[in-house]
Amino acid sequence: MTGNFTTHRMPSYLEQQGKYTGIRAWILSTDHKRIALLYLYSQLFFFFAGVVMGIFMKLELIAPGQQIMGPQTYNALFTVHGLTMIFLFIIPGLAASFGNFMIPIMIGAKDVAFPKLNLFSWYLFILGAIIILVGIFTGDGPPDTGWTFYAPYSLKTNTNVVLTVFGAFVLGFSSILTGLNFIVTIHRMRAPGMGFFRMPLFIWSLYGTAWIQLLATPVVGITFLMVVADRLLHIGFFDPAQGGDPILYQHLFWIYSHPAVYIMILPAMGAITEIITTFSHRTVFGYKAIAMSSLAIAFVGYLVWGHHMFTSGMSETARLVFSFLTFLVAIPSAIKVFNWTATMYKGSISLEPPFWWAMAFIFIFMIGGLTGLVLGSVSTDVHVTDTMFVVAHFHYIVFGGAGLAFFAALHYWYPKMFGKMYNKKVANRGLLLLFIGFNLLYFPMFILGMMGMPRRYYDYLPEFATPNLISTIGSWVLGTALVIVVVNLLRAKKGTPEEIDDPWGGRTLEWKIQSPPWIENFEEIPTVEHEPYELTEK
Amino acid sequence: MSEHKNHISSYKSHIVVLLSLIMLTILTVTITSVHLGPFNTAAAMLIASVKAAIVLLYFMHLKFDEKIYRFMVTLVLAIYAVVIIITFFDYLYR
Repeated sequence: MTGNFTTHRMPSYLEQQGKYTGIRAWILSTDHKRIALLYLYSQLFFFFAGVVMGIFMKLELIAPGQQIMGPQTYNALFTVHGLTMIFLFIIPGLAASFGNFMIPIMIGAKDVAFPKLNLFSWYLFILGAIIILVGIFTGDGPPDTGWTFYAPYSLKTNTNVVLTVFGAFVLGFSSILTGLNFIVTIHRMRAPGMGFFRMPLFIWSLYGTAWIQLLATPVVGITFLMVVADRLLHIGFFDPAQGGDPILYQHLFWIYSHPAVYIMILPAMGAITEIITTFSHRTVFGYKAIAMSSLAIAFVGYLVWGHHMFTSGMSETARLVFSFLTFLVAIPSAIKVFNWTATMYKGSISLEPPFWWAMAFIFIFMIGGLTGLVLGSVSTDVHVTDTMFVVAHFHYIVFGGAGLAFFAALHYWYPKMFGKMYNKKVANRGLLLLFIGFNLLYFPMFILGMMGMPRRYYDYLPEFATPNLISTIGSWVLGTALVIVVVNLLRAKKGTPEEIDDPWGGRTLEWKIQSPPWIENFEEIPTVEHEPYELTEK
Repeated sequence: MSEHKNHISSYKSHIVVLLSLIMLTILTVTITSVHLGPFNTAAAMLIASVKAAIVLLYFMHLKFDEKIYRFMVTLVLAIYAVVIIITFFDYLYR
């Protein structure tokens, strides 16, 4: 790799004085790194709001009977918890924050292809969030449908569904525009010499994600508008009383929302690949297989939505087809996990905090993945559908998978983003506590689901009491761990800047430039001469 | 970017495309008065697809652009076709 790297230090993007000062220098900036931080802070804010709601839900479930809230409040709380976590934290996920920050740097560009569109996407994101918040606090109360807005209940409930689905519709535009921006950036802005098969694997995963964002999100946008049309104009797309079909709603909703799971998890897998390769100090095992598996997951993941609908009344043939297609997704997912393990084999592993986070990710994600097979198979799914088993599986995949990878990526790229290092001991202890809390909180839910406890109820029978109590205690441990982790990072941010351009021995382009990066990333666009993880040059 | 040559369409081709779109619109309206049973919808969809293809190829210059763009658009349409086919595993066998 050739290029003019870190010969002298330039003012970083954090110090850069532009046309504006104060907060305007952030909210009017078209620099991809500043926009990435805008996303990061907003996402973390929504994440903690969602965590607080989750802790209150678990507090209600600490014992049978009504504890701190009634059924209507509980219904609203799980709906808003789901909406916040899904639409405001994990769908933008790693792509909006780390993708925005890292894509131009990792491909050797000065910015994304459309910087103004990038900032506009963030504004749409915030606008969508505000509309959802207004929807929660106005009208006849927050929606109580669950984040899925299933018809026909979402057409009948008196709660404020219209405004909330409209908020989600606006958020969809933010996602589509970000996807479009990333696809164009990856196609058009790569540094000389960086062919597609010389791109870091995080970029490959974001490329797959961007296509899903672009192709699947419009489907849910239209579906939400159809719900609004049904409620306001009584057209009857989904209302059986008017000749509509509620199962059609489920088809349309899941045509987007299942690929959305891959929008969440693919960039997470990409970040984990980077971390494992860096800390194993080895060339990644099976580069092309990992790159292609990202695209395969994106493609096959598009065709498996029906496994959410096995008990909806869908035809027997469709159930079998969807079950078969679902099993196919396990193949590219397993390719990734096996390649990660093979990368570590005989590697010179440094046990730094991001590596531990990645290990926690693999452990938890594997449990999530294997329990997914129980739900992907029709015969076992009918027993555990709509039980706590589904809630446990979902949280193992989305929080344990994408959420943990989000924090792994934060610990990995934190020195690059801020030019400072956090306390590694505290980071490790926080992770250990989080790992214990996570499993205490969610593992009992698998057992509860097998025992037959349905999801989305504020009350339960006495025989479910013990696992629920353990789960609630787990929520306190998890909450404490999250506070430790985030306070550790915030304290580091107040610390003195260090010259830590490459603290981990990383080999991709972001580690060749100064930390925090200069506003234009590179003084001179580098020329890429070899594979991304080659050890010949450091 | 600089070496990319833009194709300039002739007025003649624009007019031919415009006229064919108008003709196909008239055909869409006319065909509704012919009783074809369930094939009425199929005919309407077929004509709409032809119109969309003409717009994509000529007005949106897909015909004159690099092959990769044609491939990408075809791929997207193929995915949508597959999604619709899979959905019909439910509707046809329910």
